Amino acid sequence: MKKRIIVVASLVLILCLVLAAAQRLLMPKYQDDVIEGSMIEEYYDEELNHEVVFIGDCEVYENFSTMKLWEEYGITSYIRGSSQQLAWQSYYLLEDTLKHETPKVVVFNVLSLKYNEPQKEAYNRMSIDGMKWSMSKVNNIKASMTEDEHFLDYVFPILRYHSRWSELEKQDFEHFFTKDKVTHNGYYMRVDVRPQGPFPDPMPLDDYTLGSNAMSYLDKMTALCEEKGIELVLIKAPTEFPYWYPEWDEQIVKYAEDHGLTYINMIPLQDEIGLDMSVDTYDAGLHLNLSGAEKLSLYFGKFLVDNYQLTDYRKNETYAKVYGEKLDYYYKMIEEQKAELEG
Amino acid sequence: MLFTSAKFIAFLIALVFLYYLVPKKAQWPLLLIGSYAFYYFADTSGMYLIFIITTTISAYFAGIMMNKVNDKSSAYLKANKETLSKEDKKAYKAKMKSKKWAILLVCLIFNIGILSVTKYTNFVINNINTFLSDASKLQPIAMIVPMGISFYTFQTCGYIIDVYRGKHDAQRNPFKLALFVSFFPQLVQGPISRYSDMEASLYKEHKLNESDISEGLTRILWGYFKKLVVADRIITAVTTLISDTAYSGTYVFVAMLFYAFELYCDFTGGIDITIGIARILGITLKENFNLPYFSKNIKEYWNRWHITMGTWFTDYIFYPISVSGPMLKLSKWSREHLGQNIGKRVSVYLSSLIVWFTTGLWHGAAWNFIVWGLMNFVVIMISQELEPLYAKFHGKFKVKDKAWYGVFEIVRTIFLMSMIRMFDCYRDVPLTFKMVGTMFTRVNLKIFVDGSLLNLGITKADYIILVVAFIIILSVSTIKYNRGFVFNKDKYLLRYSLLAVLFVLIIVFGAYGVGYDSTQFIYNQF
Repeated sequence: MKKRIIVVASLVLILCLVLAAAQRLLMPKYQDDVIEGSMIEEYYDEELNHEVVFIGDCEVYENFSTMKLWEEYGITSYIRGSSQQLAWQSYYLLEDTLKHETPKVVVFNVLSLKYNEPQKEAYNRMSIDGMKWSMSKVNNIKASMTEDEHFLDYVFPILRYHSRWSELEKQDFEHFFTKDKVTHNGYYMRVDVRPQGPFPDPMPLDDYTLGSNAMSYLDKMTALCEEKGIELVLIKAPTEFPYWYPEWDEQIVKYAEDHGLTYINMIPLQDEIGLDMSVDTYDAGLHLNLSGAEKLSLYFGKFLVDNYQLTDYRKNETYAKVYGEKLDYYYKMIEEQKAELEG
Repeated sequence: MLFTSAKFIAFLIALVFLYYLVPKKAQWPLLLIGSYAFYYFADTSGMYLIFIITTTISAYFAGIMMNKVNDKSSAYLKANKETLSKEDKKAYKAKMKSKKWAILLVCLIFNIGILSVTKYTNFVINNINTFLSDASKLQPIAMIVPMGISFYTFQTCGYIIDVYRGKHDAQRNPFKLALFVSFFPQLVQGPISRYSDMEASLYKEHKLNESDISEGLTRILWGYFKKLVVADRIITAVTTLISDTAYSGTYVFVAMLFYAFELYCDFTGGIDITIGIARILGITLKENFNLPYFSKNIKEYWNRWHITMGTWFTDYIFYPISVSGPMLKLSKWSREHLGQNIGKRVSVYLSSLIVWFTTGLWHGAAWNFIVWGLMNFVVIMISQELEPLYAKFHGKFKVKDKAWYGVFEIVRTIFLMSMIRMFDCYRDVPLTFKMVGTMFTRVNLKIFVDGSLLNLGITKADYIILVVAFIIILSVSTIKYNRGFVFNKDKYLLRYSLLAVLFVLIIVFGAYGVGYDSTQFIYNQF
């Protein structure tokens, strides 16, 4: 009987190992085309703390160059961004981040407040799968799941990705153990240019009130930052599409006033920032390219330095060394992307 | 709760844990609570529960009343043993029997009535409507059809008929009877159990036992493999093929084979899960299948496929009709007027016709099911009539024992049964005849090589999985056919290793989750 128990226990162990390996292999690696799925996970590799943390959707991770902020102002920053990151996801990612460090400033892009309910499973996975397990992740899953999703699929992602066995690529095997870094402290670099074109006219809405669920998470972010002594800055990135209705803007202005927060709508500041949307965007105006992101970072970095007691870490040897390596990687990627474009 | 849903698996795990944790006396009451909870989750309005409780109460009181008649009868006969003549005893017994018959009849009419009203009202309305003008057409009625009503109604009727026949006493504890009627694993798609088969293990106190758990788990995983890896994968192609009449000719042949594979894996897979769950709980259920695709003729096929339904119809419809007064009279009359040869067949074939008509109707309130049942009858009848011819053939050509002839017989049976089953696919009698006809008139073998089969909603990778699964299922079935069992009980290492492999195969290659629609078992609709 004892022998039988040992045999069964060994088999169960082997089974768990095989399933864990299969799960690892079958989960998307997000290393080539859709790299956004790697962003959340990358944060945990950071060795040093950050004084500025951005949270939000593509309007933060594609529009702010953390390396420019470092290079010009010595600001240490990280973007915990992900595709279509919803307000509750931003909150739980902030909560998760604050378990590891306490920045001086948190910057939240308000565009996602237009969504009051869970949207797409694919984006949920990109925002959540990379998070380390904690109550923040559990609550994030609960708040984000669409009707067709199951909590268990997040606990055991193999249940979600099992059908990828027929789509496995070279990168799935290459990155079985380790993944390449795809961002620069959360910044997603694109050097290509596609000038801004005309956008469709905004559709009138039945109700312009920002949803109570989304706004409740803004309340939570505000409270959390207040509790931790962090300055919360609300921004609306300077890109004009998806359309940001004046009625929404008014509500955020009022919210910021009521809660003593800073809110900057950057759409009317395009000229002041120096953006030229014929060269500063890579996808016809939806997001900024490297050139646009660097201009915006120069502008916003000055605002941060002028208004908050940030440290210039360029004088700190440890930081200088780590960020020096980060910068090398930054410039290397610029060259590679340019070479690819020219080639 | 689908058997394949995470909710059901969580429900099952919790129930099994509790089952072996609670005092043994509380095991069967816990199962009753679990079964009612399962049924409640299937319809949270509670209507399903009301139906099943009504059926249980009616069967309970009918059983108790018959018990009382039996007790009274035994007591009377015992007390008057010396004084009553043989004739008096006979007359008294007949009187008591007619009392029981009246109770049985009321109970059967009541329960078959519920089944008929819920399941067949709209079928009747639709048929009446074909004779009415548009203006006077009757409106269909939104009817609740409780899940598994055909299964539990037949099971309950079987119980009460057996009490009437004196095969066993009526269950005196209404809650125990309620468990027999509602035992949750078989509510989805049977098997249709007999009280005498289940009684011993259903209410017994069960100890946690390794062989129950491991053998139960094996059956469950094997069932999930068939359902999730095969049935829920191939269903996409079957649905594509049968929902567009442009898929005619050889496509119908493909649809026929695919559906045969799907139905086999869906139904036997579901029953494997059911029997496996029961086994884990220490309860023995009757097997419902015995390698049906190894049958060499239709008669044998029906002895191996949906066995509990087949025996139910035989015991509770075929035999009672065959020996009923009118049928015996008809038999006598036909022997006298039509000769021994034809006369002896009349009552058998008529009883058989009624059974197959009812079998068809039991499967669904539609003409396609009735025609399907009648087609089975026709094929069985023809086979029987051709038996002398077969005997002559085998007398002349000694092929019966040749392996290749056995394979031919098996393939012929599968082909024939699959063709009849197309009524179930197209669900329209004239369309089925038309489409099956094109199978012979529009042969186009090109579809097997020009990539057409890749446009049916399943990919090359899916085909690979289906072929590998087919080989696995065929191998396991062949081992069972030749040895009578798959695993030697002593070889636990092999069993557990294969269990682990099966588990991985289901997790990785199962057609579930995002991108797949969870599908209920096909027989759940009946």
